[in-house]
Amino acid sequence: MAEILLSEAEKAYIHHGVQDDLRCDGRTRLDYRPIILETGLVSNASGSARLRLANSDILVGVKVELASPLPDKPKEGRLEFFVDCSANATPEFEGRGGEDLANEICRFLQRSYASGDTINLSELSVLTGQQCWVLYVDILILECGGNLYDAVSLAVKSALYATQIPSIKVATMDGDQPELELSDDPYDTKRLNTENIPCVVTLMKIGNHYLVDPTPEEECCSSSGIVVAVSGNKKITAVRKIGSGSLHPDSLVSMLKTGSEVGAVVNTILMKKLLEEETLEVSQKVGFMR
Amino acid sequence: MVDIRLASEVPPFHIVADSTEPKHLVTPGSLITKETGFMRGHGTYMQDDCLYSSVAGVVERVNQLISVRPLKSRYHGEIGDVVIGRVTEVSQKRWKLDTNARLDSVLLLQSVNLPGGELRRRSAEDELAMRQYLKEGDLVSAEVQNIFNDGALSLHTRSMKYGKLSQGCLIKVSPSLIRRQKTHFHNLPCGASIIMGNNGFVWICPTLLDDGAGGFVQNLETVPHADRQAISRLRNCVTALAHCKMMIYDTSIMHAYDASVNAGLEIKDLLLPDKIKEIALMVRKQFEMEKE
Repeated sequence: MAEILLSEAEKAYIHHGVQDDLRCDGRTRLDYRPIILETGLVSNASGSARLRLANSDILVGVKVELASPLPDKPKEGRLEFFVDCSANATPEFEGRGGEDLANEICRFLQRSYASGDTINLSELSVLTGQQCWVLYVDILILECGGNLYDAVSLAVKSALYATQIPSIKVATMDGDQPELELSDDPYDTKRLNTENIPCVVTLMKIGNHYLVDPTPEEECCSSSGIVVAVSGNKKITAVRKIGSGSLHPDSLVSMLKTGSEVGAVVNTILMKKLLEEETLEVSQKVGFMR
Repeated sequence: MVDIRLASEVPPFHIVADSTEPKHLVTPGSLITKETGFMRGHGTYMQDDCLYSSVAGVVERVNQLISVRPLKSRYHGEIGDVVIGRVTEVSQKRWKLDTNARLDSVLLLQSVNLPGGELRRRSAEDELAMRQYLKEGDLVSAEVQNIFNDGALSLHTRSMKYGKLSQGCLIKVSPSLIRRQKTHFHNLPCGASIIMGNNGFVWICPTLLDDGAGGFVQNLETVPHADRQAISRLRNCVTALAHCKMMIYDTSIMHAYDASVNAGLEIKDLLLPDKIKEIALMVRKQFEMEKE
C-alpha cells in the first residue's frame, strides 16, 4: 500500500523482532492494534459505521433501495460495494492513484460475500422476480495506516449489523402491478442476520514467520502475504495472495489455519461489542469531534 | 489478541499541559490585538488595523514583535539544531534528506566525515562512491550548519556523535513537542539510547558504544531480547506523551517509562487509549511532586 523508505538496519531490526515474537511496539505476531468502533454516525444512511485501527480510519455507509432482482436469481436481493480512497488518506492516493487499491478491495469484498454461507440474500427479497432490496455499501478510506483490508471488512460488518431495512407490505395486486406499502413508522424495520458475515485477516510473511495486522513499516519489510476472509463459523470464504514474493505450500496452509482461528476470535469480539453498543443511549454518540 | 472499543469508551485526551499559567491560545482568524504599533511576525496577518492569527497556537510577544507559534506545523530549522533525516535522493556532491521541513534538507558531500576520519579534499572518486556511504532510505543524525536563501537547511555530520543510524526504531512527532536542550543524545538507564531530533523525529536504539568508526559502519547483529523490550516500551511511552501533547525530553520519557514499569503494564498495553491517559497523568503528577 503506502510505500515507505526504510534503511537496511531498520529492516534487519524488524526481521529479528518478528523472529523474537516482539514487534517494534511490543505486540506479539498475532496481536492487533487497538480498534475504536462506532455505528450510526451518518443519519442519512440506513446504516453506518466508523472504525479506527491505529492510524487507519474507515467510514462505511449503507443505503437500501428497491430494484429488480437479477434474472438468474429472482428470489434474492444483492449487495453492491464501492470503495473510495480519499486523497486525504495518503499522498499516493492523489488524483487517480487510489483507484487500483479501491478496485482490489472492492472485488475482494464481493468475492468474500459471494458464498451462500455469509449472508442470506433471500431475506432481501420483497416480491419474487420483481422487487428486491439492494444494499449499496459505500466505503470511504479517510486515513491509511496499514492493514486496510481488515479495517474495511470490520467496518462493513458493523455497518451491515446496524442497517435498518424498512418493512414493506405487498398491498393489493392491481392486475399486473403490485403495490408496495412502506410502513409509516420509521422504527418499524428489520435487521439482517450478520453472524456469518466474514472478517478479513491479513497475514504478512517476514522471514520464516507471519504476522497479523502489519504496520506500514512491517508491510514494507515483507514480500508476500495472504488476505483471508473468514466467516463466523471459522469457514474461509475467500483468499487472496498479495505481494510479489512467493509462498511455500506448507506455510500457506499454516497461514490459512492461523487466519481462520484469528478471524473467528475477531468475529466473536466484534459481535459482542456491537451488541453492547445497542444498549447504549443515543446521547452517548461521539461522532467526528474526537 | 484483539481489543475493540466503542468510541464512547475512549477517554477524551485533554491536553495534559505543564502546570504553568495558561497561555494566550488562538485559533485561525481570532483577534490578537486592536492596538497598533506592533510588528507582525509569523502566523499573523493584518486586516483593518487589527492583528489576527492565521494559525492555531500560542501567541508569543518579544518587545514589539507579535508572532503565533503553531502547535502542529512543519519543522522550522535553526542553526545548531540536531535533526534526524532520511535520505530521499543522492545527487551530485550532495544528499537530499527528508526532515519534516517544507523543503528537503541538503547534506553536502564536504560536510560529512569520511570513514577513518581522513581530512582531505573530496575527489571525483568520492563523488562516485557516495551511494556506498548513504543511499536512499538511510537514516542520518546531523546538525544544521546553515540555512539557504530558500529556507532549505544545510546539514553536517562533522562530529563523531553524528552519522548514519543503525538498528532501532523511529518515531515521528510534532516538532513543537521537542524541547530545546543542551544535549539531544541520551543514554537512558533502562538500556537504550535516544536521539531527539528538533524536527520531531525521535530515534530509539540499543545503547550506543563509543567507538571511533566514524558513524558509517552498521551493526546488523540481533539485538538482545531485554534491549528490545526496553526499546519497545520507550517507543510506546514517547507515542503516549505525543498523543497527550506533552513535551518530550529525557526526564519526561524516563518518568513515563518508570510509571509504566511500576504500574506493571505490559508493553503492548501502552497502546490502549485509557492506559495512554493514565501514563500521561502519572507523569504530570510526578512533575508536580518534584516541584514541591
